[in-house]
Amino acid sequence: MAPRKEETPSGAKKRDGRLFAWHRRESRNKVEKLGFNNYGTRLPGIAPESLRGHLIVIEGADGSGRTTECAMLKEYLEVQGHAVLETGLRRSNLVSEQIDQAKQGHVLGATTMALFYAVDFADQLENKIVPALAAGSIVLSDRYIFTLMARAVVRGASRQWAQHLYGFAIRPDMTILLETRPEILLHRAFGRYGSLDYWESGMDLGISRDRFESFFRYQSLLKTEFDWMTKTYGFVKVNANRTPMEVHRDVRSSVQRLLEGARLETFR
Amino acid sequence: MPAPRDPVPTPARPVPSPGGLRSSHYPGRLIVFEGLDGSGKSTQAHLLLKWLSSRGYRAFFTEWNSSDLVSSIIRRGKKKNLLTPTTFSLLHATDFADRFERHILPPLRAGYVVICDRYVYTAYARDAARGCDPDWVRNLYAFAVPPDKTFYFRVPVETAHKRKEASRLRIKYYEAGMDMNLSHDLTESYLRFQGLLKRQYDVLARTEGFQIIEAEQDIEALQREVRSAVRPLLGGFPKEEVLVHGT
Repeated sequence: MAPRKEETPSGAKKRDGRLFAWHRRESRNKVEKLGFNNYGTRLPGIAPESLRGHLIVIEGADGSGRTTECAMLKEYLEVQGHAVLETGLRRSNLVSEQIDQAKQGHVLGATTMALFYAVDFADQLENKIVPALAAGSIVLSDRYIFTLMARAVVRGASRQWAQHLYGFAIRPDMTILLETRPEILLHRAFGRYGSLDYWESGMDLGISRDRFESFFRYQSLLKTEFDWMTKTYGFVKVNANRTPMEVHRDVRSSVQRLLEGARLETFR
Repeated sequence: MPAPRDPVPTPARPVPSPGGLRSSHYPGRLIVFEGLDGSGKSTQAHLLLKWLSSRGYRAFFTEWNSSDLVSSIIRRGKKKNLLTPTTFSLLHATDFADRFERHILPPLRAGYVVICDRYVYTAYARDAARGCDPDWVRNLYAFAVPPDKTFYFRVPVETAHKRKEASRLRIKYYEAGMDMNLSHDLTESYLRFQGLLKRQYDVLARTEGFQIIEAEQDIEALQREVRSAVRPLLGGFPKEEVLVHGT
């Protein structure tokens, strides 16, 4: 089966309001037509119409301020009276220990690692995200399948394989991509850790022995994937080269519009 | 990473992978044994390995057993009741990918006859029986190379169960499909789950072009059938020392 691809209507990219209206309409059509709200693969044992909550994803490189934005958005949404579950990658208690072990030893191949991350994601999806959505919460995910797909593709997997692999993932109501210039990421990494992280520099790819150069090339490879996914999946891009508060204001207004749209729908 | 040139200049085929993880060719042969538990496939695989070795072929044996890493995760998941069909399927794919990248692809590239006791079809059958989307499962295993020969040892479920009983091995929770709530009784659940698997295998036999072996005959007759089917694959194949792995 060919993976389902979405075409973004031209000109809508800049106006995220129209974009997510289109995105919501698309997902709604799909739910009505095919009875699921994910990317093409049904998840055994889960009725998609039972998921009443909203899934909001924040994507962006390390140092793009994702975690800060998630915390601020959670605060805001809770003040508004929504139940919020914050979640992220590699926090499930099923395999995270083993993934850390494997990373330490550098023993697993690229395909194996990609699948290992998928196990971890599936576990969180089914044991945390789906129950929270079924209970009507807003699930705020600090990274989602898109980071995992980008990492796998940069390490040699095909886009099609990665898309199909994560075909069971619940389609987010909105995915916000925090876009940051690599120089800023670099300074934030230095500021926080005093050095460049092995994995965030993509040293395992063997592009360069020089960590500084490897970092830039790895980030640009990831950016290519995220640009492609922005078109395919309809991300809302937010310029994250600014202060946390400025970024938060943009994030918040996008989320507000999403939730207002949802409220109108229930009134109808 | 550039692939090393193949040492043995035999007919080479492309190595499929998730869209070119490795683009290279391999000169080895891949022979797969599939069938229900107790169908006698492991005995036959072992005898084929003995035969190939005695004839001087470089042969390599590997079986579908869970690595320590994955079996510990599965144990833990079972205790906390965390595993779902999707995570279960992905875990097995991870484990297989690891085995494939370590024990199957390298010997194939080095020009060995690799004998696999169970291959991706085991996952196709099991995951489909658990309700996973078959297309999705196939995509998971897109990195695995297609075998040169797949033997399917077909037996009635009752015969397979009798053999399993005779071996006095305890039936495990997931082996019996207890997670699918087919029955509260372990044996009953096992029989029904094996029935589901057999139906999947019978379909796969048609779509994937398995060589079906009616496995109720005696061991010697079965082995003769297996050997005569393998012989044509070995034309012009180099003979050398033997390496056994995984037993």
